[in-house]
Amino acid sequence: MTMRTKDHHMPFVSSPFVTRRDVLVGSAATAAGLFLAEPGLATSLPNAPARSGLGTAYPRRDGPLKVRGAARFAAEHRFPGMVYGALVFSTIARGTIRRIETEAARAASGVVLVMTHENMPRLAPPEPFYASPTGMAGSAIPVMQDASVHWNGQPVAVILASTQEEADHAARLVRVDYEVAEAVTRFDDAAVGAPVAFYAGRDLQYRDGDAEAALAEAEASVDLEFSTPQQNHNQIELHAVTVAWQGGVLRMHDCTQGVDLSAITIAKVFGLDPSQVHLTAEFVGGGFGGKTLWQYHILAAAAARLAGRPVRMTLTREGVYRICGGRAPTRQRVALGARLDGRLTALIHTGTTMKIAQNSMTEPFMEAAEHMYRTDTMHLEIRAGVRDMLANTFMRAPGAAVGTFPLEVALDALAERLAIDPIELRIRNEPEVDPTTGKAFSQRALVGALREGAHRFGWQPRSGERLGRREGEWLVGTGMAAAYYPYKRFPGGAARITLGQDGRAVVELAVHDMGMGTGTATAAVAADRLGLPYEDIEIRYGDNRLPGNMIAAGSQQMAAIGAALTAARDALVAELAALVPAGAALHGRPAEALTTRDGALVLASDPATRMPLADLLARAERREVSAEAAAPPPSEAKEWSMHSTGAVFAEVRVNAVTGELRVSRITGVYDCGRILNSTLAASQFRSGIVMALGMALMENTLFDERSGRIANPSLAAYYIPAHLDAPEIDVAWTGIPDPEAPSGARGIGEISMTGVAASVANAVYDATGKRIHDLPITLDKLL
Amino acid sequence: MTPFDYARARSEQDAVARVKDAGTKYLGAGTNLVDLMREGVEVPSRLVDVTRLSSRIEPTDGGGLLIGAAASNTAVAEDAAVRARYPALARAILSGASAQIRNMATVGGNILQRTRCTYFLDVEGARCNKRQPGQGCDALEGFNRGHGVLGVSPACIATHPSDMCVALAAFDAVVHIAGANGRRHVPLVDLHRLPGDTPHLETVLELGELITAVELPSQTITARSTYRKVRDRASYAFALVSVAAALEVAEGRIADVRIALGGVAPKPWRAREAEATLIGAVPGQSAFVAAAELALAGARTRPGNAFKPELARRTIVAVLSDLAGAGQ
Repeated sequence: MTMRTKDHHMPFVSSPFVTRRDVLVGSAATAAGLFLAEPGLATSLPNAPARSGLGTAYPRRDGPLKVRGAARFAAEHRFPGMVYGALVFSTIARGTIRRIETEAARAASGVVLVMTHENMPRLAPPEPFYASPTGMAGSAIPVMQDASVHWNGQPVAVILASTQEEADHAARLVRVDYEVAEAVTRFDDAAVGAPVAFYAGRDLQYRDGDAEAALAEAEASVDLEFSTPQQNHNQIELHAVTVAWQGGVLRMHDCTQGVDLSAITIAKVFGLDPSQVHLTAEFVGGGFGGKTLWQYHILAAAAARLAGRPVRMTLTREGVYRICGGRAPTRQRVALGARLDGRLTALIHTGTTMKIAQNSMTEPFMEAAEHMYRTDTMHLEIRAGVRDMLANTFMRAPGAAVGTFPLEVALDALAERLAIDPIELRIRNEPEVDPTTGKAFSQRALVGALREGAHRFGWQPRSGERLGRREGEWLVGTGMAAAYYPYKRFPGGAARITLGQDGRAVVELAVHDMGMGTGTATAAVAADRLGLPYEDIEIRYGDNRLPGNMIAAGSQQMAAIGAALTAARDALVAELAALVPAGAALHGRPAEALTTRDGALVLASDPATRMPLADLLARAERREVSAEAAAPPPSEAKEWSMHSTGAVFAEVRVNAVTGELRVSRITGVYDCGRILNSTLAASQFRSGIVMALGMALMENTLFDERSGRIANPSLAAYYIPAHLDAPEIDVAWTGIPDPEAPSGARGIGEISMTGVAASVANAVYDATGKRIHDLPITLDKLL
Repeated sequence: MTPFDYARARSEQDAVARVKDAGTKYLGAGTNLVDLMREGVEVPSRLVDVTRLSSRIEPTDGGGLLIGAAASNTAVAEDAAVRARYPALARAILSGASAQIRNMATVGGNILQRTRCTYFLDVEGARCNKRQPGQGCDALEGFNRGHGVLGVSPACIATHPSDMCVALAAFDAVVHIAGANGRRHVPLVDLHRLPGDTPHLETVLELGELITAVELPSQTITARSTYRKVRDRASYAFALVSVAAALEVAEGRIADVRIALGGVAPKPWRAREAEATLIGAVPGQSAFVAAAELALAGARTRPGNAFKPELARRTIVAVLSDLAGAGQ
């Protein structure tokens, strides 16, 4: 199976002869021999046996709907009698509302309801992530339940009016008098005495040996300090919800990455049974970790109940910045000690980040260091200071996006000191087994990705010298870095398959398409599992009443879907086996011996022994057969070290006069297991690279530490890359199936957000001789 | 947005007559004013739409160009006479905003657009002397990377954000104004006021006065002009520093020169001392560096914008060097 990206043949193949340990560590020569000795070699290798559907570049199923504007998003649904909501945000970071004047707002044209803590229904606080297996809220702060203010920007009043304009106007008429309390808003203050963070069930701390001593004794070392700024989500679709109370049911059109978890979490807030919440999100205009349950959902539902009217609440862009969290700032130290041959003797990656008291999200920036390189000693540690601010949250490649930046810049600095090519340095430290867990890798081809990337990019090997050149005013340099993101599969995967006599199958599961093409990829996986043509598969998703409580997060949704579809297929086969009539060749065979292929129920060991599904259903006088099953618990990630890796190469141009930095070329090669759809995958990889360029070059939430207020809550003042900032991007992948991952695929949504900032910083060094340790890399740092 | 009355002016006289009080604002395309109304920064009770007034671009008797205030930014940038005789103006306009905004935005509105200081825009949560005189300025000790270093005051360090006006300043453009007391002409560089301790007073326009046109005098030097904009991303970003310049060399000496700066001051900033020192000098690095030093001599920086004087000096030298090189 040869993968194809925009203009390039992908020379890697998915070969049955490629072993789990496809690159032999410690031996660059072996790796080079196995991979890419000659560009033409790859295509002559035997292809993997094609399973129908998987890997095919099917076009996006919802493309025509979106192009025609016919796809309806959360803020495009309407209910009879619907009114529009607007929010008033606090202007202090901490304190109490002494008095809130709402008379003018109540009297304003079109106003239906003004809701404050004084008339807000009494509700339970929302469960945040990790507080329970179903927690979906950004924080546990009770929503408008009393006069207390917890961050600058907190909603303090809700207006409902006949039109959005009337609601917005009335919101400006609300006057709030605060009793200001002392707030912790400065990083430096919050960092003092900050404890080691507890995140996702563990302390973010790891020690192996005495890393400081090893660093001090190392033949070569670097010891560097870095910082990354706070960043905000800027999905193209503003956060919105359209809600109605229909009988005893709360009906929500939402934009969420977790229909089921959002429904369960809001049900608990309102004291409802989850079955009393019907939440759909057919289309989501970008998620990236930020489309979860925030205060506006609860406020909209509460206001709708209070007013007895359906409500649409669409946040303004400012509203998204005020009440939907983003990536926390970090200050990090990476120190590396090495022998002169480049073998690491010490790896220290420590630092501090910020969170709030009422959430459990700590930016886990040490994760890449845990799994990427072998070293004699290691010390990893993250401390989390608590500030009075909007809850920080997940943002594309949490941890790894900001953690690979210092790690991969430090490796570049070490390579220079050792006069070893940076690719070679990484290869010399490629681990045999997982460096911290000692587990075997399920599949890992980082070395192959590095070599392939070098080949595609035209990497010039270097040994300590800068190779940057000058073109007129422009200093041109190249740099590289590794990419990293863990494999994940969360519990809760389930699916229902309904097979009709016409041979078509309807697959239903509570998953999400936030623009990445989930429906399209899922149809291909279902076709593969069922042995049916892709065109005969219909996928229904984005509805909490469908099976499963999956979440589109952690790049794990396709893994969850893959496992769920296998389980549901097996359950369906069992149903079908029971229908096989006496006298048929398959009669009496145990369900485990059967599978579906080419529109028939077949004996797995002898597919020629078969019975067409249409015949089977007709003989049994069944119009359809349906089966639902849950995926097994995700034990694979406990037994194996499962991680995706990659190699990123950047060419940058720095203007010698103005310091302006432009990235002119990027190559990314990713090792993520099997690629399920090359078109969708290329788009995911490229979009992550563009987003990471934003992180590298310009993204920066201006959190005013005096007031705790975000000073640039607008796309006019918070820069993300424009078209001219996005260069030619070449992406490729190894495509080697992971034998332990469902469908062989480890997930691709986030990894391309990692490594890019480091590759750019390393290229800037090559061009200018300046090591930039603080993101974003703005021109003032290069003057 | 606060409710307001709306009327469309049929003529300049009609527009002026409709202004009864300070609550009345002229509306161009609204690409800035409507945003500010949405943010609650501007709360006019009445808008008088002047987009149907003159948008003509026509030659003047003196051989210059008269550009109607309602002309779109795009129309000006694409005008053949502008491109041939005032190339820095076309370049300046095309370096600003986006194509969609330039198609809408008018010349008059561009001149009167307001600062993008984030504290100015945060009505509820920040202090701003420009928005509310005497309130204080959160930018002084806050985020001031984009703020001004020339002509600023302890009360306000906001910049005028226009690209177009920087080129107009370099070209000695004259603003035509109509008001209840008749018409008058004001050089563009004198239209905007420095903040001093009254940063809320941004121009010399009196109540009800309307910009009707901008006149570009006929000067040969303007044809040898350019505009360079330095910013944080490759497009759709305001200038950190910009330079509009023109250079005329005769017999190995600088015969005439224009230098105007953007992104560094509360108004389009004409560097007259720098120009004066260059007249008669031999074009070259040392003269250009000396001029650049002079242009930024009065700079007063904050921690966030301390890089701007050096960036401005470098950009001035580079632009003048380019012009000198192109002329040889």
